[in-house]
Amino acid sequence: MNINIAAQINSFLAALVLLTAFGMLVQRRMYGLVHLFTWQGLFLSLNTAIVGYVAGRHHLYISSVLTLALKVILLPYILHVLIQRLKVHKEVETVINVPMTMLIGIALVIFSYHLMSPVRELSNLVTRSTLAVALATVMIGLLMMITRKHAVTQIIGFLAMENGLFFAATSATYGMPLVVELGVALDILIAAFIFGIFFFHIHTTFDSLDIEQMARLKEED
Amino acid sequence: MKVYPYIIEFLQIAIFLGIAPAFTGWVRMLKCWTQGRTSAGLFQPYRDIMKLFSKDVILADNASWIFRFTPYLIFGTAVLAGGIVPMLSIDLPITSTADVIVLVALFAIARFFTALAGMDIGTAFGGMGSSREMTIASLAEPAMLMAIFTVSLASKSTSLSQMVHVIYSGQSVLRPSLVFALLAFILIALAETGRIPVDNPATHLELTMIHEAMILEYSGRHLALIEWANMMKLFLFTALGIATFFPWGIAASGDIGFIPAALLIMMLKLGIAGAGLVLLETGLAKMRIFRLTEFLGSAFLLATLGMLSYFILE
Amino acid sequence: MLLILLLVPLFGAVILAFVGDRKFAPEINIMCSAATFAAGAGLAVQVYMHGPMLAGGKFFFVDAFNVYLSVLTSFVSMTTAIFSRRYMRKEREHGRVGHMRMRFYHAMFQLFIFAMLLCLLTNNVGVLWIAMELATLSTVLLVSLYRTPTAIEAAWKYFILCGVGIAQALFGTVLLYFAAERVLGEGGEALLWTNLSRISGELEPTVLSLAFVFLMVGYGTKVGLVPLHNWLPDAHSEGPTPISAVLSGLLLNIALYALVRCKVLVDGATGTHHAGNIMMGFGLLSILVAAFSLLRQKDIKRMFSYSSIEHMGIATFAFGLGGTVATFGALLHMLVHSLAKSAIFFTVGHASQMHRTQEMDKIKGLFRGNPLVGWGLMLGVMAIVGLPPFGIFTSEFLILTATMKNAPLLTPFLLLGLAVAFAALFRRVQSMVAGDVPSYQKPMKAAHVPVLLHMALVLVIGIYMPDFLNKWFHTAVELLK
Repeated sequence: MNINIAAQINSFLAALVLLTAFGMLVQRRMYGLVHLFTWQGLFLSLNTAIVGYVAGRHHLYISSVLTLALKVILLPYILHVLIQRLKVHKEVETVINVPMTMLIGIALVIFSYHLMSPVRELSNLVTRSTLAVALATVMIGLLMMITRKHAVTQIIGFLAMENGLFFAATSATYGMPLVVELGVALDILIAAFIFGIFFFHIHTTFDSLDIEQMARLKEED
Repeated sequence: MKVYPYIIEFLQIAIFLGIAPAFTGWVRMLKCWTQGRTSAGLFQPYRDIMKLFSKDVILADNASWIFRFTPYLIFGTAVLAGGIVPMLSIDLPITSTADVIVLVALFAIARFFTALAGMDIGTAFGGMGSSREMTIASLAEPAMLMAIFTVSLASKSTSLSQMVHVIYSGQSVLRPSLVFALLAFILIALAETGRIPVDNPATHLELTMIHEAMILEYSGRHLALIEWANMMKLFLFTALGIATFFPWGIAASGDIGFIPAALLIMMLKLGIAGAGLVLLETGLAKMRIFRLTEFLGSAFLLATLGMLSYFILE
Repeated sequence: MLLILLLVPLFGAVILAFVGDRKFAPEINIMCSAATFAAGAGLAVQVYMHGPMLAGGKFFFVDAFNVYLSVLTSFVSMTTAIFSRRYMRKEREHGRVGHMRMRFYHAMFQLFIFAMLLCLLTNNVGVLWIAMELATLSTVLLVSLYRTPTAIEAAWKYFILCGVGIAQALFGTVLLYFAAERVLGEGGEALLWTNLSRISGELEPTVLSLAFVFLMVGYGTKVGLVPLHNWLPDAHSEGPTPISAVLSGLLLNIALYALVRCKVLVDGATGTHHAGNIMMGFGLLSILVAAFSLLRQKDIKRMFSYSSIEHMGIATFAFGLGGTVATFGALLHMLVHSLAKSAIFFTVGHASQMHRTQEMDKIKGLFRGNPLVGWGLMLGVMAIVGLPPFGIFTSEFLILTATMKNAPLLTPFLLLGLAVAFAALFRRVQSMVAGDVPSYQKPMKAAHVPVLLHMALVLVIGIYMPDFLNKWFHTAVELLK
């Protein structure tokens, strides 16, 4: 594969990752969110494999497979099961103001681009331009966690953020050292189990996964 | 001065006028098939137009000149717009004076007068349709311009011929900015041509119609012109999409011999685009009008993302 | 020695995961922690004798800075384990936790200690991040151990906010790696602290200052700096008290440790005081906001968690200020605050168990009800507000002197924060310790060893600084310059 084409595929996948991030930002349905998350993971995994091929860094193949296993198969599966067990698949969030959220999202993309331009100048990797997209994905995940009021959506926002971080590592430096990548993956796995347990706790205690109900701990005046 | 570009120009407009109803017929025919109905055939739109031309015009007592003038204006702008979009060949003399912004402005004029005419008679439906139409327009036009600017950024020109030429001869295949722009364009085209999920061209149900509500008072040749212009608009948006995003197969500058082949290829592409439209329309339900802000908001988002990814990724 | 230090808590976690609900589980817990402490002390002696060292194929690294924190961590975790024996037994009698949760509690406690020690001892900045996340994750479910709505809410907040925060830190780490890779070449070598500190002058300043902003936000969330502190009072007040003690006394320190390590690198690269200024800003803001929040608290554990924010603010401020005196003060402050604050939480835990409430209005007559708890709390508060002769007085005095010298304009703010915190804490504590024993107060046997031990240490450090500690801190100060 020639470098030029690989770079094009790479930036195209980056664009798709960004698109799925925006999709998640405005998607109201639970399953829709999980599907978008799965797609994002798939794009990431593909992207990592391609970067690994082009750059000749074979440890990226491991990361790619790891992403595939974790973010495309395992996590969506866990989320699916949780959503089904907790019977929240019909819940839709109505509080979000879609156009406004989108505009903020666009502003975040521009902000990330601006923030990352010095790094872009310094880098000579094929993937350097996707770093801004990675940061934007992180920021959008953050925005999602702020604007959403449902436990499941917040978690998906969290995971999307983690996707962005992984993407950042791939595009800035062709991936972190393997030990770090493995450790991060392990942490995500533990986090997945914890939020799984949490969903049940919240559900049994509050009878709903709406975070709005959790407002008892406030500063007394 | 070369003559053949002018010949091509006239040829294109003639073909455009002639084929537009057939394209609408094709879409309707496919739609009938997918829904398990018997279709009225490819040429039913022609028969409709003929029938309307032969009928008398009935005017409301309080109709002003605007009401009478609007059908001609709509038709005129549609024909003019048809001369701007490269369909068969890149060589169009008109594109050197009228670029893509003019195209958007032509659509805007037509829409403006349609809305005025809708309110002219003073019926409730006309006013309602106009107000809705303008709501959509105010959201769709910025998105449309954004999408077009993204393409012009990539081709460094707002002239359609130039844009088509650059994309036609460009090496890069996968340009994220163009993909975003294309997606945005599809959403906008659905809104502009009044298709599902924004508007339903086949309905006359009071509460849901938008475009039909504005032209409810028209009859006879006026209605024929408006209907025809509408068909042309649908055709035009499809052709615009094809020209800017999939121009392969169009005749290059000065290549007259390729025109028949280009015509065939265009027909093929139109056929596929029509099928795609039908699939979309069959698969989707009409949206609540209050959700339109989100729909067109996403179009705007996509267009902006296209522009941003041009800067970020390319 | 180093491996023992790490492996003991890890094995402890595994064993306790199976037997954590038995009668002898707390004893195992104590034994593991004691063994950890012994290993920590051994390591400290080793470092004291032979200087900094690398171990496990450059994977671990010990110098004066992290070894003192590891000893502190293992020590406080040991005393907390001793305290938790009585405390958790009582909780179990009250029926607030069951079998499974006891097992879970003990296992997670050890895992948490493992994560913190890994944070301290690893040489790899990436692994540092991973261990930090692990420390968060292992405590999240401990915070929600009681399964009350407020506990779950607090734990969720903790999980989400720290998750978000720490994600920013990972982005900062990626940028750091990016800068380091250009100098050191690809591979694991480029994330090793020993390599990074060696070449910090060659790192790209723009990238590092950018990275520091992310690292500051990330690790700053864990330190509990204002405005990223929202999770802290909730998590501390809703979890079991031993967990509040280790969160407040240890985890915050570890996060600050990570931040300071990063600051050293950034300072080396930029050659300016950019990072220090950011830390001073965050620190001062934390001191002031926390001090004023102290005034309005009604929940006793919540109040002391705000006090933790304040003290972390002081330490962050001092590290930001830089210079020998301030850094020395900050190191000392981390040590004494950790000891004093965990001692306070021990007494607070007993006090709230005696009254079955955490509301300060209902806690009364501790002097008479249980002199140890009462005096422990009283002395603890005296120490924490910075009264002489306790160690915090020394550290705060050093920091104040350094501020007056290097940033005189900020001194009034610092003093204001300290004064407000002083007033707020004393106002509350007097009404709790003095007066008659209320009818609903239940007598109980308090765990006296940890409280006495901690307070004695704080006092000793305040009156007379042992020579080895002094030398240690000086070496650490040199490292952080």
